[in-house]
Amino acid sequence: MALKIVKGSIDRMFDKNLQDLVRGIRNHKEDEAKYISICIDEIKSELKQDNIAVKANAVCKLTYLQMLGYDVSWAAFNIVEVMSSSKFTFKRIGYLAASQCFHEGTDVIMLTTNQIRKDLSSPNQYDTGVALTGLSCFVTPDLARDLANDIMTLMSHTKPYIRKKAVLIMYKVFLKYPESLRPAFPRLKEKLEDPDPGVQSAAVNVICELARRNPKNYLSLAPLFFKLMTSSTNNWVLIKIIKLFGALTPLEPRLGKKLIEPLTNLIHSTSAMSLLYECVNTVIAVLISLSSGMPNHSASIQLCVQKLRILIEDSDQNLKYLGLLAMSKILKTHPKSVQSHKDLILQCLDDKDESIRLRALDLLYGMVSKKNLMEIVKKLMLHVDKAEGTTYRDELLTKIIDICSQSNYQYITNFEWYISILVELTRLEGTRHGHLIASQMLDVAIRVKAIRGFAVAQMATLLDNAHLLTGNTQRNGICEVLYAAAWICGEFSEHLEDPKQTLEAMLRPKVATLPGHIQAVYVQNAAKLFATVLRSQESAPEAAQETSQLMIERLPLFVQSANLEVQERASCILQLVKYIQKLQQKDVEVAEEVTALFAGELNPVAPKAQKKVPIPEGLDLDAWINEPPSESESEDEKPKAVFAREEPKHTRSRHTEVDEKELAKRREARKQEQANNPFYIKASPSSQKVYQDAPGVEHIPVVQIDLSVPLKVPGLPLSDQYVKMEEERRQKDKDDKKKKEKKRKREKRGRGRQVDSGPESEEDITPAQQVDIMTEEMPENALPSDDDDKDPNDPHKALDIDLDKPLADSEQLPTRTHRSAEVLKSPGGDGDGETITPEPKKKTRKDKKEKKKVKDKERTRSAEDKKNKKKHKHDPEEEEAKIEEAITLVNAEEAQPTAAADLDFWLTTDAAPSSAQEAVAATIPEVPIEAEPSEVKEVEPEEMKSKHKKKKPKKEKEEMEREKKKKKKRHHHHRSERAETESVQNGTMEEEEEEEEPLPPMSNYGLLAENDYIKMVYDIQGNLQDGSQVVVSIIFQNKTSSVLKSMEFNVLDSLNSKLERPEGASPHDALSVPFQLPPEVSNEARFVFAVQSIVMPQKLKGTLTFIVKTDDSSTHEKLDFKLHFTCTSYLITTPCYSDAYAKLLESGDLKSSSLKLEGVTMPFHHSLARICFHHHFSVVERVDSCASMYSRSIQGHHVCLLVKTADETVSIDAKCDELMLLENVLDEIKQTFSQS
Amino acid sequence: MIKAILIFNNHGKPRLIRFYQYFAEDMQQQIIRETFHLVSKRDDNVCNFLEGGSLIGGSDYKLIYRHYATLYFVFCVDSSESELGILDLIQVFVETLDKCFENVCELDLIFHMDKVHCILQEVVMGGMVLETNMNEIVAQVEMQNRMEKSEGGLSAAPARAVSAVKNMNLPEMPRNINIGDINIKVPSLSPF
Repeated sequence: MALKIVKGSIDRMFDKNLQDLVRGIRNHKEDEAKYISICIDEIKSELKQDNIAVKANAVCKLTYLQMLGYDVSWAAFNIVEVMSSSKFTFKRIGYLAASQCFHEGTDVIMLTTNQIRKDLSSPNQYDTGVALTGLSCFVTPDLARDLANDIMTLMSHTKPYIRKKAVLIMYKVFLKYPESLRPAFPRLKEKLEDPDPGVQSAAVNVICELARRNPKNYLSLAPLFFKLMTSSTNNWVLIKIIKLFGALTPLEPRLGKKLIEPLTNLIHSTSAMSLLYECVNTVIAVLISLSSGMPNHSASIQLCVQKLRILIEDSDQNLKYLGLLAMSKILKTHPKSVQSHKDLILQCLDDKDESIRLRALDLLYGMVSKKNLMEIVKKLMLHVDKAEGTTYRDELLTKIIDICSQSNYQYITNFEWYISILVELTRLEGTRHGHLIASQMLDVAIRVKAIRGFAVAQMATLLDNAHLLTGNTQRNGICEVLYAAAWICGEFSEHLEDPKQTLEAMLRPKVATLPGHIQAVYVQNAAKLFATVLRSQESAPEAAQETSQLMIERLPLFVQSANLEVQERASCILQLVKYIQKLQQKDVEVAEEVTALFAGELNPVAPKAQKKVPIPEGLDLDAWINEPPSESESEDEKPKAVFAREEPKHTRSRHTEVDEKELAKRREARKQEQANNPFYIKASPSSQKVYQDAPGVEHIPVVQIDLSVPLKVPGLPLSDQYVKMEEERRQKDKDDKKKKEKKRKREKRGRGRQVDSGPESEEDITPAQQVDIMTEEMPENALPSDDDDKDPNDPHKALDIDLDKPLADSEQLPTRTHRSAEVLKSPGGDGDGETITPEPKKKTRKDKKEKKKVKDKERTRSAEDKKNKKKHKHDPEEEEAKIEEAITLVNAEEAQPTAAADLDFWLTTDAAPSSAQEAVAATIPEVPIEAEPSEVKEVEPEEMKSKHKKKKPKKEKEEMEREKKKKKKRHHHHRSERAETESVQNGTMEEEEEEEEPLPPMSNYGLLAENDYIKMVYDIQGNLQDGSQVVVSIIFQNKTSSVLKSMEFNVLDSLNSKLERPEGASPHDALSVPFQLPPEVSNEARFVFAVQSIVMPQKLKGTLTFIVKTDDSSTHEKLDFKLHFTCTSYLITTPCYSDAYAKLLESGDLKSSSLKLEGVTMPFHHSLARICFHHHFSVVERVDSCASMYSRSIQGHHVCLLVKTADETVSIDAKCDELMLLENVLDEIKQTFSQS
Repeated sequence: MIKAILIFNNHGKPRLIRFYQYFAEDMQQQIIRETFHLVSKRDDNVCNFLEGGSLIGGSDYKLIYRHYATLYFVFCVDSSESELGILDLIQVFVETLDKCFENVCELDLIFHMDKVHCILQEVVMGGMVLETNMNEIVAQVEMQNRMEKSEGGLSAAPARAVSAVKNMNLPEMPRNINIGDINIKVPSLSPF
C-alpha cells in the first residue's frame, strides 16, 4: 500500500500540471490540435487512477481545455468525484469545473445533491462558499427544490460571507423552483436590513432582480426601499434601488411624486456619475408616469435635460453615449425640452464613434417636425454618402425611412419630395434594405392618392434605368425596388405618360436576370400596362396590333423561365394576348374587355388583419370535421383514443350558421361604427387642417450644399430641388397668408384690437398636396385590443407571485428533518406574515416561542416588535422618519391584506400638504369637513406615542392597540374620503374587485342612537389578541352648532358581557369619552367589553350623558341606546388556504346547518363581498357560482361556509364547531340580505 | 444580471470565459469570435458600450468592455445593471488581479486561469455582483489561498521542482507582457 502511494507520487512528478499543459500548447503552435488530443488521452488515463490529486490535476487541465472549446462533458463523473474530495484545494477545482461545464442536461448532477448539502453545512465557511458559488452556475429545478431549505438556513448564517452568497443564490433558486419564493421572502426582506453592507447589497440585488420582472408584487416594499434610499451611502445599493424605483413608478404615480424630491437632491449632491445618471433615468421614468398634466415638474425636466446636456458635452465618450441614451427616454414624453438641444444632437451625428452616432440617430427620430424634416433628412442623406461600412449606412437608411414614415407620415408635407428621397436611396451600393425602400414606395403610392401621378412617373424612369440598379450583381438587394416600381406602374398605369415605353422597358430581355419574384411582378404588370395601352390606342387599331405583337414577341422569354411563378403567369398572359390578337385581326373592340380584367382597386390590408379576424360564433377548431376513425381502429394509438373520448363533448356544441343576411348586417354595422369613429381615417377630404392666421417661415435655414451625387439617374429630380421648391412654396404660402393676415388686421384694427401672431407652429405648414392617407383595412369585428406577445417560456413568469398573502401550511419548504416537530399552524394563524420556517438551528427558541404564543400571544408579539424596532435604524430627531417608521411597522405586523392600504396611506400622507389635499378637495367636494381635524388630532398623539414606545416596553400592548385603532381610523378616513377604497378592509374582496365590476360602497357602522344633538354609529370588532374581548368603536357626531362636552358613556353590564373599566372603578361607573366635540365635528372612541360566551347575540342597554354648551348657556342632555352584540361581531376575518380548509372539513368535528336565501338579485361576487364585509369572512376558493368561505371566532371556533348560487337563490351550507353560534351567524346573514 | 464575462487578448485568444447561461462549447467559441470581432475594430477612444452582438442576446443586452494593454475584458449585461457601475466593476476586478498577482500581466492569466476564476467568483456570483469592495475580495481570496497552501496545494514541492527542471529547456519564455498603465482613469466616478 505504502509502495503504491510512493509510486503514485513519483508518477505525479511526470504528470503535466496546468502550467505544463499551457506551455505545451504554446510550444506546439503548428500542430496544436494534435498535441491537445495527446494531452486528452493522458488526462483520460490520469482520471482512471485512484489518486484524487491526480484526478484533480486532470480536471483542472480539462477546465482549461473547455475554455479552448473542447467538449469535456465526458468527464462529468470525474468532476463529481473531485468535487466530493474532502480537501478544499480539490473541491475548489471540482466545483470550478462543474460550474464551467455542467448544465441542466448533465445527468450526473443528480448525484451531487447530497454532496452539496454536506458542503453547505460544512463548518469551514470556504467549503460552503465554494459550493454556493458552484451551485449558482448549475442549479437545476431538482437541486433547487432539494436544497432550498438548506440555503434558506444559510441566509441567517453567522458569517456575512456566507450570508451574502446564500442571499444571492436564492434568486437562482427562485427561478428554478418558484414555490420557494413565498416561504423565503420574509427572510429575504429581513436581509434588506442586515448589518453587513455586503449582505444588504445582495438582498437589494435579488429583490431588484425579482421586482424588475414582476414589479407590482413588490410595490408594498416601496416604503422600505425609500428608507434605504435615504439612508444608504453605498452607491451600488443606491443605484439598484433607484433603478428599482424606475420600474415601480409606472405602476404607482403617487410613488413618483414622493421620489422626485429626494432624487433631485441626489442629482444635485452626488459626485458619482453613475449614480447621477441613474437618478436622472428614474426621474425621467417618474416624469413619464406623471406625464399627464403636471406643469410644476417642468423644473425637474429642465434639470434632467440640463444634466444630460453636460453629459453629452463631456469629452468622455461613455458619458456622451449614456447622455444620449437617457435623452431618448425624455424624448418620448417631453419632446419639446429635447428639441431645444437639436444642435448638440446633430453634432453627435458627426462623432467618430459609431455607437454614439447610432444613439444620436435614435434621438433624431423624435426631433423632427414638419418644419425641419427636410432639413434633417438632407443632413442624413449627406451622411449616407459619406458613411463607410455598410452596417452604419444601412442603419442610416432605415432611420431615414423610420423618421419619415413615423406616425402615419405625420411630418411629411411634400410627398413628391419623399418619393424622390426614396428614389435617391436606391442608388446606395450594397444595401440590404431594398425591400424596405420598396415597401415604402408601395405604401406611399397606394395610400397617398394625390401622389400617384408623380410616383408613377418616377417609377417609370426607374424602370427605364433598371440597368443602373442591376448592372452590378453585388447590388442585388436594391433590385427589390424594381418590384415596387413595376407594380406601381402597372397598377396605376392610367397615370403613365407613355405607357407603351414603360411596357417596352418592362419586357426587355435583361429583365430575365432579375430574381424570380420580381420577374413575376413584371410579367403580371406588363399585362396591366398592355390593357392600358390598348385602351389608349382604341382609335388606332394598327398601333394596338403592334403592341400585341410586341407582347407576343417578348413573352416567350419568360415562358421559358426556370421560376414556376414567372412561367405560369407568362404562359397565361401569352395565351391571352394571342387570343386578343386574333380578335384584333377580326376588328373586334377588345380594349374595354381587357381593361375589365384588371378593374377594381386594391386596398391596403393591415398586417395584423389576419390575426384579428374573430373566430365566428360556433366555430370549434378542435372539433372533428369528418367523423373520427372508430375507436376499435385506433386502439393501439393512444393519442387518437384521447381525442375520440373527448369527441362527444365537442359534438354537443351547436354550430350556428352565419348566413348571408347576418353577414350583411354586420358589415353594415361596422360601416356605421367606422363612420362614427373619429379615429378612423376615412378616404374623405383632407385630414390635415389648414390654419389661416399664421406668419411665415422666414427662419427656416436654407443650407446650400453642393451635392456631388455619385450616380445620377438621368431624368430624376433630386430631393434637394424639392427642398428649395418647398422653401419657395412655403414662402409663397406665407406671402398669401400675410396678405390675408393684413386684410384681417385691417379689419381688426377697425375694432381697435391688435392680435399678436405667435411664432410659427407645426400646423402652419400646409402640405403641398392634398393628402388622403388611407388606413389599412381590418377585418369585420376585429378585436380592438392588442394581445401582448409575452414569451410563454419566460422563467420569470413563474415568479409572478403575490408576496403579501400570508403563508399557508402547504407552502413550507420541504425539509428532510424534524418535520414532525413543526407546530401545525391553525388555519390562518394570526396571518401577520411572520412565518414559521422550519429551521433546525433555531428550533428550540422557536418552540419556546410557540408555547409562549399560546400562553401570552401579545407579549411575544410586542417583544418581536421591539426586536424589529432595534433593527430599524432611525434618527431620533426626525419626526417624519418616525411616522414612516411606525407605518412600516404597521405594515410588517398587520394582517397582510391591508398592506396595500398601508402603502396607500404611505403614499398619500407625504403628498398630503400640497397636491393631494388639493386634489381631494377639488375632485371630491362631498368630503365631510369634519374628517380633517380628526385626522390631524390623530397624527399628533401618534408621534408622541412612538416616542414613548421606545422607552417603555410595558406599554407596548396598549400601543399595539392604539396603533391598530389608528389604522382602523385610517380606514375610516379613507372610507369617507374615497369611495374606491371603501372595501379595502378585506383583502379577499379586493381581489375580487380587480376582476369584476366595482362593488357598491359598504359600511359596517350601524346606527346606535340619535337625537337632536348627537348621532352615534358603532361597529363591533373582535379583539385579535384576547379571546374574551371585543372592541366597540363608536363615532360620535355633533349635529349642533354648539360644543358637546363632558360626554360620559355607561352600559348596564350583563352576566355575560361587561364594559372594561379602569382599575378601581365600580361596575356601575360611567366612562368619560376622551374628547369634546366642536360644532359639526365627529370623532371616534373605542370601548372594550369582556365577553364570556359568544354563541348568542346579546343586547346591552346604555346611556350617554353630555353637556351642550352654547355661548350663553349649557344644558345637560342624555341619550339612551342599545348595543347589539351580534354573533358576527365575534368573528374575525381570517384567511385560510384550501388544503387547510379541506383538512378542517374532513376532521368531522364540525356540526352543520344550512340556509337558503331567495330572490337575491345582486351579482354573486357582491353577495360574497357582503358576507365578507359584514360578517368577517374570507373567501377560500371560488369556482364559478360556488365559493367556500372561512372565518374564526375570537374564541377559536371555525366557521366554514359553502355558498352556492343559482337562479336568484343563494344557498349556504355551513359548518362550525358550535351549532348555536353557527345558527345565529346564519340568521344574521339572512338579515343582512333581507335588508337589501 | 451579467450574462457572460469574457477575457481575451488582442488576437482573440480566450483567456477566461465565464457564461452564466448555458451555451454549448462550439457556441461559446462562436460568441467569443463574434465579440472579439465587434470589440477589436473599435478605437481606444470611443465609448465602452456596444449594442447588438446577435449571439449574446436581444435588445435588452449590452456589451460593456475595457481594453487593458493586451487584454479585453468584456461583460455582457442586461438593462438591470448600471453601465457605469459595470465599467467600475471591471476596474475593480482588474485592480484586484493586479493585487493578487502583483503586477498582473497576460501571462498570469494564461498560466493561472484557475486562480483568476477564483478571484472572479468573489466578485460576481451566478451573474450577480457579489462584492465590490476590493479589500474584502482580496482578503477572501488570500484566506482561501492560505487554506490551499496549508493543505499542500495541488502540486506539492517535488512536482514543482520537476516543473522547474522542465522549464529549463524551454526556448525563451515571454516574460514582459506587462499590462502597462493599469490604473486607467475611471471618469469622475466616486469610489464604490
